[in-house]
Parts: sequence; C-alpha cells; structure tokens
Amino acid sequence: MITVNDLCLWYGSAQALHHINMAIPEKSITALIGPSGCGKSTFLKTLNRMNDLIPGVKISGEVLYNGENIFAPGVDVNMLRKEIGMAFQKPNPFPMSIYDNIAYGPRTHGITSRIQLDDIVERSLRGAAIWDEVKDRLKKNAHGLSGGQQQRLCIARALAVEPDVILMDEPTSALDPISTSKIEELAISLKEKYTIIIVTHNMQQAVRISDKTAFFLLGEMIEYDDTEKIFAMPRDKRTEDYITGRFG
Amino acid sequence: MKNRKQLAENAVHGVFLLLGLITVGCVLLITVYLIISGIPAIRQIGLFNFLFGREWASTAAEPAFGILPFILTSIYGTVGAIILGVPVGFMTAVYLAKVAPPRVKAAAAHAVSLLAGIPSVVCGLIGMRVLVPGIRALFNVPDGASLLAAIIVLAVMILPSIINVSITALEAVPKEYEEASLALGATPVETYFRVSVPAAKSGIAAAVVLGVGRAVGEAMAVMMVAGNAANMPSLFESVRFLTTAVASEMSYSGGLQRQALFSIALVLFLFIMLINAVLNFFLKRSKEK
Repeated sequence: MITVNDLCLWYGSAQALHHINMAIPEKSITALIGPSGCGKSTFLKTLNRMNDLIPGVKISGEVLYNGENIFAPGVDVNMLRKEIGMAFQKPNPFPMSIYDNIAYGPRTHGITSRIQLDDIVERSLRGAAIWDEVKDRLKKNAHGLSGGQQQRLCIARALAVEPDVILMDEPTSALDPISTSKIEELAISLKEKYTIIIVTHNMQQAVRISDKTAFFLLGEMIEYDDTEKIFAMPRDKRTEDYITGRFG
Repeated sequence: MKNRKQLAENAVHGVFLLLGLITVGCVLLITVYLIISGIPAIRQIGLFNFLFGREWASTAAEPAFGILPFILTSIYGTVGAIILGVPVGFMTAVYLAKVAPPRVKAAAAHAVSLLAGIPSVVCGLIGMRVLVPGIRALFNVPDGASLLAAIIVLAVMILPSIINVSITALEAVPKEYEEASLALGATPVETYFRVSVPAAKSGIAAAVVLGVGRAVGEAMAVMMVAGNAANMPSLFESVRFLTTAVASEMSYSGGLQRQALFSIALVLFLFIMLINAVLNFFLKRSKEK
C-alpha cells in the first residue's frame, strides 16, 4: 500500500534520512522505534508531506502511495493529507467545541449539510471510542476534556475526513497509563479499516499493538520485519542492543 | 556592614516607590482637575442641553453650548476610520504574520513602525495638501476639508496599532493548531482564516479597540483636514471633533466658554476611559487563553 524507495531527506545540509526502503502493508499496524533523533518522526511526517512546512527540507527518492509517487509534481498535497491522516505527539484539539473540531475537516472539504455533519460527527466519535463520554457535551469546548480524551478526539477528527492511513506520532507520550491503554485498544480496533503507522518510544507498546516494526538509528532504517521476529531474534546487533535496553 | 547594605536597599526601594507614585499622581491630578473644572459649565448649561444640544455658538451674543455635533462627529469619524482601517490592517497582519517570506516581513515591519512614528501634524499636512484637494476634485464639492478627509487620515493613522497588535496575537497562536488543520487537508489560507484568526480573536479585538482609542484621541491631524466648523456630521461637510473643539478655541476663550471647553475635555476623557476598560477586558481574555 505504501512503498518507500531509496528515500533520503536533508534539513539544509544535514542529512536526516539515509536511503530508506520499506513496504508497508495495508490494514495493519506498523511501529517505528528507535532512540530520540533517529529520524523516525521525520520519516513519518514525510509520508503525508508535513515536512514540506519546514524551510530548507530537501527530499530524494520516492514514496509510492497506491502506486503513485507522492512527490510527483501533479500531486494535490491537500488531497494526500486527507487520505493520510495524522495524530500528533501532544493532543492538539482546536479551541472550539467538540462538534466543531470533528466537523472541521468535512467542512473544509465542502460538506455543509447539518444532517450529514451530525452523522459524520457521531460516526467519527464512535470510531474513536469516545462517543459515550462526550455525546452530552458536543457543544462544549474541547479543551475541557482530559488529555487522553483530547487525543482520542484528535483521532476522531482525523477519521472524520475518511482517510485510508493514519499516522500517529508518539500519540501516548503525553498520557497516563490508563489513557495510553485506551489509545492502544483503539489503534488495534482501527486496523480493521485503516492502515496505521505509529512512532513510539515505548517498546512494550510496539510489542503490544504492532504487526510490523522498523528500527531506526541515526537516520538509517536498520531492520524491518514482523514485530515478533524483531523482538524475539533481531538480526542486527544494534537492534538487539536497543531492544534489550543497552542504549537509547 | 549588613545594616548599611540594608539601608541602601531600602533607599532604592523608596526611590522606585516615589517614581511610581509620580506617575499615579499625574493620572490622579489630571482626573481630579478635569472633573473639578469640567463640572461648573455642565451645571450652568444643564447636562441634557450640554450633551444633546445641537448648536454650538460659544462667541455669539446669545451663546449656545450644545456639543452633540462634536460627540457625533467623534463617533462617526472613529467608526469610519475603523471601517476603512480595520480590514486593511487586519489583512496586512494576517499576511505578515502567516504568509510573507521573512525578508518581506522584516521590510514591512520597518515600514509599519515608521508609519507609527510619523508625527500627526505631518499626517495632517499631507492630508491638507493632497487629500483635501483630491476630495474636492473627485466628488465635486465646494470644500474638500470634511469628515471624509478626517476619516481617511485617521484610518491611516490607526493602521500601525491594528497591524502590530494583530500580528502579536496571530503569532501567539500555537503552531499545533495550524499543523492539525493542514494535516486534515485544509489549505494554508483555509487554515489562517478558520483556525489561526478565530484562535487570535481576543487579541485582534484588542487591536481594534486600541485603534478606536487612537482615533478618538487624535486632534492635530483631524483639525487640519476636517474644516473645523461646528456642523452636525455629514460626510462632505466641514466638521469639528471633541478634540479639535477644545484645541481650536482654548487660546482665545474666557468665562463660560472656557469652562465649557473643560467640560468637553471631561467628556472626551470619559470616552477614553471607557475604551481603555474595553481594551483591558479583551487583553485579559486573550492572555487567559
């Protein structure tokens, strides 16, 4: 579904990604692990071209999404980001009501009918397992929710534009253990319909939820395989050192 | 030794306190002075007649002291300046805060602060030589010195406050909001207007109120372009503002006329106090966010 061929990325003159090759299967969870600054977040943000926003970024190689290179000149970045949604490290709901947060994306893409929006809002909130908690306060400001609820709201907001892929950039790093486990359950339930790529600092999390794991180090992808294999018998010494806690 | 240090410390604290008190004292002095000198004329003329009288003839044989023309002119002039100045200033702020490349932004920031530094008498002078004849020719009216000319000059003069305060508010919007919007497939322009601007709305409201304050208080520039006749306001008529009413007659006034000018200053002062209260309300709200 997503195929990465020989991807390199530079911030100005500093190379942050070195020749990444990777095929990400659909309707599964792929975890990206590695120490801070290893390039895993940079790589994730390349997939929906959020790196375009950083001045001085240069990219070579290609990322094929449904067979098309996302860096090709004719690509509509806004449509790409609609299909490849994202949840961020820090929950970032807009300073608006819960309803308006979810309806923001669909409205942007031209849906104005109240009935349709009501339907999308309910479906998205249910999809992100937060409907029961917020259904009685849809008109209240989203900033009144707890951190974990805000993060699920943000995932619901991403679902509302009907993406195929959801990128999650350390979505639980700012959350308590209970909220974390809710997000993890949510991720597992979402993979029935969506392809999920998650950056995580937490190796147990990768083991718990992911089907495949990629280990990044210093901008290189060291090893990429089924999660069980990576954690049971890593092929590379550096992967082994990292997952056994010898560094990072 | 320790005592001497403590003594010096106390002395410095005392100096700071004294300097602070001077500022507060000035405000108090002005307030008390205005109230004391503003009240007698209002008493003599009658509050209703003073505020709602439609005629101002301070030097006539049978003088009339109605300041409704000045009040309405100040309000219309300010509203007009806001209607013209806010869209321009606001759009400029959005452009500079969000769209403009760094170099353009730096150059424009210089231009804006330069505009803020132009003395109001210079604004008035240019208005008098360019705007007034321009209006006369363009609209075919006998005299271009009018409310319209004053509105245009005021609109230009309030631009810097509106732009600077709006930029500060827009730049304070957390980047995470904008990223979230872009990640949903919204275009940058949609993001600015549907996320950044709503998130900055208290600060932008403060910018508008600040502009109102500047426009209400401006005297010199409007005196030079508004013609200064005590008419009820109308776009192409010569008009007189609250500020210019005080400024233009004070030098030769006496008796009740002079007292009435102080009363006008008191009314102006109350206007400004009100605007400041509104401004503080918005500033406080935008900080709380």
